[in-house]
Amino acid sequence: MDLSTTETQDMLRDTLARFLADTYSFDARQKMLASPEGRDPGIWKALSSELGLTCAPFSEELGGMGGGAIENMIMMEELGKVIAIEPWLQTVVAGGGALTAAGGALAEATIPQIISGDCLIAFAYAEPQGRYNLADIGTTAKQDGAGYVLNGHKAVVYAAPWATHLLVTARTGGGRRDRGGVELFLVEANAKGISRRDYPTVDGFRASEVYFENVAIPGEALLPGGIDLVERVADECTMALCAEATGIARTMLAQTVEYTQQRKQFGQPIGKFQSLQHRMADMLVEAEQIASMSLMGTLRLGEEAVARKTAVSAAKSKVARGLKFVGQSAIQTHGGIGITMELGIGHYFKRSTMIENQFGSADYHLERYEALTLAD
Amino acid sequence: MDLDFSAEDLAFRDEVRTFIAENYPAQLRGKQDEGEELGKEDFLAWHKVLAKKGWVAPAWPVEYGGTGWTQTQRYIWSEETARADCIRLLPFGLSMVGPVIYTFGTPEQKAHFLPRILSGEDWWCQGYSEPGSGSDLASLRTKAERDGDHYVVNGQKTWTTLAQHADWGFFLVRTDPEAKMQEGISFLLIDMKSPGIEVRPIITLGGEHEVNEVFLDNVRVPVANRVFEENKGWTCAKFLLAHERVGIAGVASSKRSIERIKDIAKTEMDGDKALLANPFFKRKVAELEIDLAALEYTELRTLAGMAAGRGPGPESSVLKIKGSEIQQRLTELTLEMAGHYGAPYFRGFGEGDNEHPIGPAWANRAAPTYYNARKTTIYGGSNEIQRNVIAKMVLGL
Repeated sequence: MDLSTTETQDMLRDTLARFLADTYSFDARQKMLASPEGRDPGIWKALSSELGLTCAPFSEELGGMGGGAIENMIMMEELGKVIAIEPWLQTVVAGGGALTAAGGALAEATIPQIISGDCLIAFAYAEPQGRYNLADIGTTAKQDGAGYVLNGHKAVVYAAPWATHLLVTARTGGGRRDRGGVELFLVEANAKGISRRDYPTVDGFRASEVYFENVAIPGEALLPGGIDLVERVADECTMALCAEATGIARTMLAQTVEYTQQRKQFGQPIGKFQSLQHRMADMLVEAEQIASMSLMGTLRLGEEAVARKTAVSAAKSKVARGLKFVGQSAIQTHGGIGITMELGIGHYFKRSTMIENQFGSADYHLERYEALTLAD
Repeated sequence: MDLDFSAEDLAFRDEVRTFIAENYPAQLRGKQDEGEELGKEDFLAWHKVLAKKGWVAPAWPVEYGGTGWTQTQRYIWSEETARADCIRLLPFGLSMVGPVIYTFGTPEQKAHFLPRILSGEDWWCQGYSEPGSGSDLASLRTKAERDGDHYVVNGQKTWTTLAQHADWGFFLVRTDPEAKMQEGISFLLIDMKSPGIEVRPIITLGGEHEVNEVFLDNVRVPVANRVFEENKGWTCAKFLLAHERVGIAGVASSKRSIERIKDIAKTEMDGDKALLANPFFKRKVAELEIDLAALEYTELRTLAGMAAGRGPGPESSVLKIKGSEIQQRLTELTLEMAGHYGAPYFRGFGEGDNEHPIGPAWANRAAPTYYNARKTTIYGGSNEIQRNVIAKMVLGL
């Protein structure tokens, strides 16, 4: 058992933190959000081809640094600190994770493209009726010769407007909600028959409703592994979100502490009032537990499926509840200014609130945890 | 970073398991199973087994009798002792005054007291709180006045745990009445058999005699029994409190408790189903387990920080707050499981009393334990004080 980081990991963190400090001020981020594309493509280019950070979690054979989940955790924590809207989770964690697990020619061809920044992936797993059930899938992938034909509607696909590829769950057989028959495909985003309705999300990203109408794809687009692979990728994404949550929660606390030292009422900084001090102490307790659960779940991602799912669900349910407390407390402590668009804190709160439910709410994960460990 | 145990760690775990199985005192096991109150000899029985083996103080530096175990080995040790339901060793000598003595004491104090703490020869108690000084500990008024080579100590201490058995006590006393608050306090080691000391029991809600009042009336204490400089005792006090808070989280024993709750809730019925199948009860168990995992990994992060030469600093307050809350919730859940059988008052087996207790054995002490556990958010610096510590020392407010 060893919880210390390596020099390389510390260096990765420092490199990203320094870069984001220079590029991701509140104003710079606001400008990205307001631009037509809703982001600054130069940032992703810098993260990948210039700074070489995207290679961190990939194997050395494919041009990576031989890291994995810990490296993703470190990156996501730093991205969370500035509420970056970069598609690390979708491209590196989901896309890169699925390809790494599936292996084969498609992985060998695509992972170098992810590392170089040329391939940008969006994870199209949700459907309008499915809520958090990964097997509740109506999108069909019908075998057609050596290939497949996709039909269906994918919901709230973050980063889809920017993506070169879509990682799509679809059904090759079985009925709605059956675990059997669910498969994962990597599809070119501009394939004939794909249409999108793009929109901004409340937390600063761009996303799409994605419609597939008789989209013909080659047989090699299938990443073998079925629902087990989908669940594994979703668990890796969940832990990446928990790491992002760690960065966000700590930053919300730091900004709240700073604000209460400046803001004066009744002739003194409001940070001198014990009721606010105790609330901020409780925020620290929650933020540290978020960090602990992020670490716990990340370290256990490599275990067998039941242990992995148990750990991830424990982490996400705790992180979601902690985030709600830290976020709501941050806004309450800021007072009126906290509910305006003017100050960063509200934007952190908007993102943290979305993280609470993404890849499963606290209740969803508590239920999954109970089913795995406390079954009758 | 990884959570894997090496081959050496696994061998160590087997060694620990075998040792416990072969050496844990049988009479102690019996009393624990029956939910009986433990006496002085019970507490010392396990202590002495470990002292003989050299495993009684894993956290101490090797030169003073520590085991030299790695952080992982210490983690395995606490896991295994909890898993086997071994009683917790009393902290007053091993975790409190011992580290103060080896950190701040004179060579003579180290040579005399440390071996006796390890062997269990001296039973220690803690003279901190006073009737007028609880959370505001630095307002304490018990005074020590110099008279040649001695201090003459007068005052009153309270909440002194297990002082009825104690050979020695470590006391915070005021040596400079003019100085402000923390500055005029000294740390004294006092022989509890000294003339002028009187120990009176306080009976708590569970019916236990666990804590006491200690009265000091012209008690003469050699100056040689002062640890660290005169009027600098607060330095020792703060050091001790930070150390106390790490152990106070009680992760391993809480894990053991929740396993026990689950075992019982699988067989206790609620209608035609096991209690654990009741969705409301199950949700409480799940949330407790998850909160406990969060506490465990927070503690592991703290310990990893200590191994890297940091702390334990004020962040140990996080462990105190969450650890104590979880301990209380566990007793709350056990009492809830007991249902009607939470009510009968079990006095333990008296002399010649062999009547069978009422209700299931595990429920005998459910209510007393619940009542008793209200102490956890109050002692060791109340949880409100911990929040003050976090606000001031961590957040800089």
